[in-house]
Amino acid sequence: MASITLDKLAHSYLPNPQTDADFALKELDYKWEDGGAYALLGPSGCGKTTLLNIISGLLVPSKGHIRFDGQDVTHLQPEERNIAQVFQFPVIYDTMTVRQNLAFPLLNRHVPQDEITRRVNDMIEVLDLADKADRRARGLTADEKQKISLGRGLVRYDVNAILFDEPLTVIDPHMKWQLRTKLKDLHRQLGHTMIYVTHDQTEALTFADRVVVMYEGEVVQIGTPEELFNEPAHTFVGYFIGSPGMNVIPCEISGKTARVGDIQIGLSGGYAVTGAKTELGIRPEFVSLSSDSSGHPVQIEAVENIGRFKIVRASLQGHAINALLKENEEVPADPTLSFEAGRINVYENSHLVRPGA
Amino acid sequence: MDKPYNNKAWFLVIPVFLLVALSAIIPIMTVINYSFQDTFGNNQFFWAGTEWFQDVLHSDRFWNALGRNLVFSMIILSIEIPLGIAIALTMPKKGIWVPVCLVLMALPLLIPWNVVGTIWQIFGRADIGLLGHTIEQLGFEYNYASNVFDAWVTIILMDVWHWTSLVVLLCYAGLVSIPEAYYQAAKIDGASRWSVFRYIQLPKIRGVLIIAFLLRFMDSFMIYTEPFVLTGGGPGNSTTFMSIDLVKQAIGQFDLGPAAAMSLVYQLIVLTICYVFFTVMSNVGVDKPDARVED
Repeated sequence: MASITLDKLAHSYLPNPQTDADFALKELDYKWEDGGAYALLGPSGCGKTTLLNIISGLLVPSKGHIRFDGQDVTHLQPEERNIAQVFQFPVIYDTMTVRQNLAFPLLNRHVPQDEITRRVNDMIEVLDLADKADRRARGLTADEKQKISLGRGLVRYDVNAILFDEPLTVIDPHMKWQLRTKLKDLHRQLGHTMIYVTHDQTEALTFADRVVVMYEGEVVQIGTPEELFNEPAHTFVGYFIGSPGMNVIPCEISGKTARVGDIQIGLSGGYAVTGAKTELGIRPEFVSLSSDSSGHPVQIEAVENIGRFKIVRASLQGHAINALLKENEEVPADPTLSFEAGRINVYENSHLVRPGA
Repeated sequence: MDKPYNNKAWFLVIPVFLLVALSAIIPIMTVINYSFQDTFGNNQFFWAGTEWFQDVLHSDRFWNALGRNLVFSMIILSIEIPLGIAIALTMPKKGIWVPVCLVLMALPLLIPWNVVGTIWQIFGRADIGLLGHTIEQLGFEYNYASNVFDAWVTIILMDVWHWTSLVVLLCYAGLVSIPEAYYQAAKIDGASRWSVFRYIQLPKIRGVLIIAFLLRFMDSFMIYTEPFVLTGGGPGNSTTFMSIDLVKQAIGQFDLGPAAAMSLVYQLIVLTICYVFFTVMSNVGVDKPDARVED
């Protein structure tokens, strides 16, 4: 187990990267604490797998260093880094039994035989594979196979970190939930540093203590699930996390008011923003719909009932905006919108601006 | 609800049926017909019963040819399969050399059997052939026309040169389809090069290997053209394989009955061996559905 330090790390798949756009992973400084559960969250192609492969040693970064507990491992091979990785598609050794699969990494490391037997038996217990232990791995279901590939990492008690590369992609939905719970349990029991790559916000938010959100090769925010929800540091985070995502509306800001088209919206504090692109961000949860004349008149475009609540898609001064209604609330006849002032975030060039700054 | 029912589908099967009839059923029935009768030309046939079959099974000539065939196939398989796997493993998986390698590998496969025979027949001659001349110059006796060992070596070399590519291409196709994650996982598990081959590559190319094995077995077991072009089955009868013997009997001696009986026995042997190979190889390393489940 170890802490992982990323020191001015950047990677490009091109031989001679010139501009920022050439980098699949833009320069990044961060420290993953020992024993933490982290998620790397972002859409496909945002560089999260690149970052994971750099940590595991399958890729050597173009720039910067990576340290495990202070020791530079940038140029070490994967097997020398003592990490484990679980891939998107379950990787198992077809011809071996479940037991042999779990013993394989230990055999390769010349662990004494009785120690191997003991650890493999423990692991079979932990993974609930006791009834399949002597079956060949080939015929197992996808989630059992994925457990085995996880187990091959966990049998090595001293692994520095366990990396997950979208491990639940090929798992049936009802098994996903179980396997995720299992992962969380194992993290609590064994206390390994775990890094989990996913594009599924539910997986990221339920698994991780801290979530690293990536967008176009850049880390746009690192925070707890609450922070990501309440104060997205970037409009992308607001949009990507939450269902539906945050409303982002272009506006002009002067002091404590924001102007959107013809209407003025009160803010909780004063903002000193320059003339650059400014936007308001507010989550649909904090937009309320009523017939109160103090609100801002809107046109309703559509209402989607998704059971527990309804998503109202409306148009405010020509900008699309979503609001949530409880399932028993009706859309009023002459609807107006109002915002919870304290929940409005202001963005300048897509980045969060704090009031009074 | 009534199902619409008509016999139109039978019309659609007719082309296939005709094709199979012309290419397989009619020829085989003809052969079976010959194998139970004796003929002296003029389309006169006399019932012979199982006489020809007994003759074939009691003739040394047949057993000798069968033995030669089995030895030849075993040698061919034990060279071409490992060599083919080895070459496939060393071929690049991406980059500009991939098409170059593939074309080079495919070239021998495009050359007709008799041309291969002719090439090697000339290649191996001591007077004008590069191979034969070089060996002679190195001080070794080499003459495929008079020395049994030399004739066998030449035919085996010829076959290896001609057909190893097939094994290579099949294995290569199997190897490139292995996802990169397997190699990465093996790296992380600290697997040696040999373990990667034994536990990842070999199980993954198993399917194509079975095909390669069967194709090479069937083809080498039915070898005809190469030894025929090289020495016509000689020196003596040393390279007279079953197919050559068959042609000698059927066309050389015009013994249609014995030849037909022999070809049926030959066919049965090929079928049986292929079936056994396929069954055994498909079941190696595969669990029966409920086997070894602990309760």
